Formats: sequence, C-alpha cells, structure tokens
Amino acid sequence: MKHIDEYRDKELVDKLVSQIGKELTRPWTLMEICGGQTHSIMKYGLLDLLPEAITMVHGPGCPVCVTPVEFIDKAVALSLREGTILASFGDMLRVPGSSNDLLGARAQGGDVRIVFSPLDAVDLAAGNPDKQVVFFAVGFETTAPAVALAIRQAELKEINNFRVLVAHVLVPPAMRALLSNPDIRLDGFLAAGHVCTVMGYEEYIPIAEEFQVPMAVTGFEPVDILLGIQKTLHMLEKGIVGVENAYPRSVKQEGNLKARELLKQVFEPVDRNWRGIGSIPLSGFRLREHYDRFDAGTLPGLEGIHASESGPCIAGEILTGIRKPHECSAFGKLCTPEKPLGAPMVSSEGACAAYYKYPCP
Amino acid sequence: MITLPFQEHNLNPMCLAVPGQVISIDLSDPDMKMARVKFGEIVKDICIQWVDDVKVGEYVIAHIGTALSKVDEADALYTLNALKEMGDL
Amino acid sequence: MNPDPKSEPVCPIPKSDYEHVLLAHGGGGKLTRQLIEKMFYAELGNEYLTRGHDGAFLPSPGQTLAFTTDSFVVDPIFFPGGNIGDLAINGTVNDLACCGAIPRYISLGFILEEGLPMAELWEIVKSIRKAAHKAGVHIVTGDTKVVGKGKGDKIFINTSGIGEVMEGTSIGPEQCRPGDVVLINGTIADHGIAIISKREGLGFETSVRSDTASLNAMITDVLGKYKSVHVLRDPTRGGLASALNEISEASQTGIVLHEDRIGVSESVRGACEIMGLDPLYIANEGKMLLIVPREDAQGVLEKLKSHPEGKEAAIIGEVTGDHPGMVRLKTTIGTTRIVDMISSEQPPRIC
Repeated sequence: MKHIDEYRDKELVDKLVSQIGKELTRPWTLMEICGGQTHSIMKYGLLDLLPEAITMVHGPGCPVCVTPVEFIDKAVALSLREGTILASFGDMLRVPGSSNDLLGARAQGGDVRIVFSPLDAVDLAAGNPDKQVVFFAVGFETTAPAVALAIRQAELKEINNFRVLVAHVLVPPAMRALLSNPDIRLDGFLAAGHVCTVMGYEEYIPIAEEFQVPMAVTGFEPVDILLGIQKTLHMLEKGIVGVENAYPRSVKQEGNLKARELLKQVFEPVDRNWRGIGSIPLSGFRLREHYDRFDAGTLPGLEGIHASESGPCIAGEILTGIRKPHECSAFGKLCTPEKPLGAPMVSSEGACAAYYKYPCP
Repeated sequence: MITLPFQEHNLNPMCLAVPGQVISIDLSDPDMKMARVKFGEIVKDICIQWVDDVKVGEYVIAHIGTALSKVDEADALYTLNALKEMGDL
Repeated sequence: MNPDPKSEPVCPIPKSDYEHVLLAHGGGGKLTRQLIEKMFYAELGNEYLTRGHDGAFLPSPGQTLAFTTDSFVVDPIFFPGGNIGDLAINGTVNDLACCGAIPRYISLGFILEEGLPMAELWEIVKSIRKAAHKAGVHIVTGDTKVVGKGKGDKIFINTSGIGEVMEGTSIGPEQCRPGDVVLINGTIADHGIAIISKREGLGFETSVRSDTASLNAMITDVLGKYKSVHVLRDPTRGGLASALNEISEASQTGIVLHEDRIGVSESVRGACEIMGLDPLYIANEGKMLLIVPREDAQGVLEKLKSHPEGKEAAIIGEVTGDHPGMVRLKTTIGTTRIVDMISSEQPPRIC
C-alpha cells in the first residue's frame, strides 16, 4: 500500500539504525508521546534494533487512557437515563469508571451505541427525534475537528436532540507538565505526527526552548519512528535545541489552517484533570458559549458524580513513563485485556495493551 | 452510515489514521465536502472539509471518516531519497 | 443404585472469574481454551476427547475412523464467496481431512428461526448439495428443529462427520518435531474479512470473498505420496496464530514464522489497516496448515500447487527446539516478535 509500505522497508530501517549508531556518543532518554507510536515500536521490535544507550520512554498519548474518570462516570450515567442514546467510539466501552463501564451500563439496559465518527452520532439524532443523543467526545486535537464539524452540522440542520460530552485533551500543556515534573528526566521528544498534522508544530518551539529539549514531529511506521529518533539524536549530539519535522508528507509547520479555524470557533481551552496524572492547566477543550445548547455536561442527573480510583493500577506512572508496564505487579496477572484494572490495558493505544500484545522475546 | 452492533467495538479503533487514494470528489454540499477514498482495495466515503483542494489520484490521511491532510508527494519523495542516500559517502 | 461419584460436581470455573458466558468464550483464543479445559475436558474427558485434535480417532474392526462435529452460527448467513451451508460442509470435511481421513458421511442438524424465508433456506440447501458433491461425501442423517421468532437467529447448523483414516498416517499436533517445515495452501484472513465487511455499519466496499472450500481432495493427494505428514490443521477462529500456538504448546516445540512469506491479499491488507486488525488472528475457511519433515517440504509444496485450492501455497516457517510452546514471527524489517495466543476479543460469529 502506497505511503505505508515504503516506511516498512528493511533497507531503510537498517540505514537509519546504522546512522543512529554512528552519531551516538552517550546515553539519552527519549519519550514518544503517542500511543500509536508505542504500539508500532513494540509491534516491529524496534527496541531490539536501537543501541542500549537510547532509552525509549512511553508517553501519555492515549486519549482513551487519559480521559478523566468522571467523564466515564458521566457517560455511564447518561446512558442509563430514560430516553437517552449514548454514542461512543468503541474503544471507550470497556474502560473502567469508578464503579462501572459503558459495556456494563449496556448490560444493565443503558442504550450505548458504537459509532465510527461523530458525524454518525448526528445521523443517529436525526433518525431518533424522540431521543436525546449524546456523543462521548474523547480524543486529542486530531479528533476534535470532526467533533466540531458534527456540532456545526447539527446546528445547520437544526437537530436539537444532539449533545456532546466534551472530554478532549490537548498535547502541548501535557508536555509542559511532564517536562516540569522533577521525577521525570527526558532529553528529547518524538511529537505526535497526527496531532501536529492538525495543529502544526509552532506551539512546540517555545516549549523546546524553555526546557532545552529538542523534538522531532514523528509518524507511525517503523522508518518514521527511527527517523524521528535519528533527528532528535542528531540535535542532542550537536547541542541544538529546536523542533524538526520528521513527518513532512503529512505535517506542515502551520498544520491544517481550516481545521484549526473550526476548532477555534467551536471550542476553547479549559483546565482538565488527566486520568492518572492530575490537573493540567488549559489542557482540555470545552464548548464556546455560543454552542452551550450542545453541551451534555449541563444535562440533569450529572451533579454529584464523584470519581474515585483505587487498587493496584499504576496508570499514572505508566502514562508519564516513570514505570514500564511489565514492571507493574498486576501486569498480566490481575490485570489483562479481558479483565483490565485501568485504561492503558484496555485501550488499543495503551502502553500496557501494547506490552501484553507484543511481549518482548 | 449507521451504528455498529456492540460486539464490533474492537473494529475501527479511533486512533488510526491511514493514507488512501482519492478516486472521486463530491463538493455539492459546501458544509460536508466528501470524497471516495481507496485504502488498498477497500473504498470508503471520507469527509474532506479541511482538505478540499485535493484532486482525484492524490492521497489523504484519513481519521474517523475525515481527511486530516493531503499527502505531500514531493516531501515524501524527498524524505525517501534522503534516506536511501543516508550513510553513502 | 450406586451413587455417581461425580453426582455433586462443583463448577470448575470459579464464580470470581466469570459469572456468565462471554462472547470471548467463543473466540477461539485463551478464554475458549480455558472453558474447554477447565469445564468440558475436566467433566467429560476421555483419551479420545482430550487429545484435542480436530477430530477423534475411533477404533473399529479393520480400520480407524475419524469422527468430528462442528456448529455454524455465522452472521451474516450469506456473504461474498458463499453461505452458511458451504461452511457447514466444508468445515466438517476439512476437519476430517486434518485427521488424515477420507471424509465419507455427514449428519446435518438445522435449528431454524420461525420466519426465515424459504427462498433463503432453499439457497442454503442447494449450496450444501453442491459442496457435498464436490467433497465426495454423503449426507446420511439429519434433524430439523424450528424455534420461535426471536429465539434463534435465522439458521444455525450442526454437522458431524465420519471418515476413514488413511493407513500409514499418524497425524496430530503432538507429532510436530524440531526441523519440520510449516506450509499453508494460500493467502490468509480472506474469510474473516469477507464476513466483517458485511457487518452493518462499517461503511466500506470490498471485493474480498470468503475462501470457503473443501480441501480433502488436495490433502488426500498429498497424503497419498507423503505419509510422513506430521500435522494438519485448518486455522479457523483465531487464525494462523492461534492454531500454531496450540500446536506449539501440544508438541512443546518452538515455531518460527516469516512475515514476508505469509500471503495476504491487497484488499485484506487494506481492510486490516483501516480497522487495526492483524491478519494472523483472522479466520480462514479454505486453508490448511501442514507441518511436514524438512526433506518432504518441496515435494508437498509442489503437490499443493497442483490443486486449484493450493496454487498460492507457500512455505511460511519452520519448527525448532528453541523456545518450546512459543510462536515467533520474523518481521519484514528483520526483527523478531512473539505471536501470542489471541487474547483480546475478535469479531464474533465468524463461522
């Protein structure tokens, strides 16, 4: 398949590994932000190819994993309301909430439907005028434009029974939080290629300079990831601080201006509590006042939801790269994809799921 | 497009973004510009609202039924050529 | 009356594990195995059953018979490349072929839902006749039940089959040996993708067709010349990965697969990319894994290629004494990763 197979080419992989070996003079710790990148690294055994002096640390780029628990609880509560359809991405269904998950809510009679796109949820609302349709909007800046489009479509078509539970999270504030955390030592970053496809990478330049951490905007195939590592390493070895684009076929410095404009019109930044990590200022989206009537957060019955987490799940340490999944005492024993204790084992982007699916030989 | 029965929750994971080739374009609705995009030999309807300058034959990166960007062929070629020459001195 | 020593069985699946049967118990992976081993084998086991092969070998004066059973609950019942009737015959015929047996007689049980259109039933019955004719088997007994609307799902079929084990063959997962070679007769994941593509709401078009086919003629031909074949297995639910993990576990050998030799069609690749699926775990209905001694590999490959169902046959891996019980994959970029038994849920009702 074009634009995929070329980046799984053994010769190019070997060249990059060789180049990395040539340029390396001392140990470095790099973080790949995105869960999709973590999965690719595990699936293609890239850790075996990299010199030992390079440590890859897995970041919180799994939106399913970092969606605050109270949003899961709210989604569950909404799904169990009379006359409400809760539409969600399939990935969210088995993510544990404080005491239940969406799959459990469905088994209890809640109307939970899986949709592939937020636009499908709008169609659902149009086709069920007697019901309240709520779309559970999780995801990073990559996903938010489609949600914004869905809301605009509902506005245009005067669909009044459509609401959105907005739980979007933003990457740059999370990077600042990670870099400000004294327990975490990172030398370089592989920035998330598809988030940057939408947002561009202008906002990363001041972060790189403030914390003196070079970054490479990186794609998802093995060659893309090794190229991101090589470019970051090159900057580290030369003492350069900046942001390089290792995914130019998809990412432009300014990103996608039309998508960014749409986001500005529909959403505004708000403080958000990342699951396992804690509150990060201005790291989430909420609807602008003009779109208040589409906000599911104001629906009755959601007051008094208090999220609680307990037990052996160390998702917070996994998501910030402090510990690796196989270092968790529950990994593979108490916590498996069939019976997850936390989100990173359930999500298709989660680090724990990646380590479980692609165990190290 | 209609909703999936709940058993399918493993399919279409939300975080995937995959390149595909545009085979036809429909700009008749200015608020929902669409294209038919081929992934390997699978064809899907994709919304191109923010990549509305794409032409038939060009590639887009698609995520949850929407195009995020047009694949820049020139940049892709440049990167691949640079990689092929890497290490040759 | 002597009390049955088992008169007070205790449920072997602890209540703390699973209170109810889950869809994943039918997936062909870890949970299915757990259910079979902890409950069915534990309660019902005997030397014939617990061997765990595709069919049972039953002694009978003058010969050994192979006996197998399978139930078909595929949804949708009509799909590109065939229908539930084709699966019902081909699936059971192939299971008998996996025993090194010549399939002879099939039983056919229908559970029909009230309201199923007669025209659809007729199509399915015609397909059954054609498939049975091609495979050279007779349907010798059957049963039909109808359940009320909403109590079934259009049609479920159970088939059992009897075949005559070919003399001189000794086939079973435990026969797999280090030094053996792994072959398959064609591309993988076609059936599973064909089914998934028809599931409502996925919104894509594809030309992928199920590979459902009876393979007994091809296998009988191979066994006619190569009695030394060690293992035959049709990788249905759970795909190549699950089947090879079971064989590796049963024989305590290691299996190494080569990703660049495993055939996957362009359409199946595209579908897997956009759905995040791994073809190694997706069901096949017209494929057979063969594990044979190294010296016979080339000859077996040529025999397979001489049949229409085997024209894309390939050698895809080898058996080693290293890492017993584990299957590894050498990726296209030259690294190695472990291919585990399927654990996460895969789409249900694939066959």
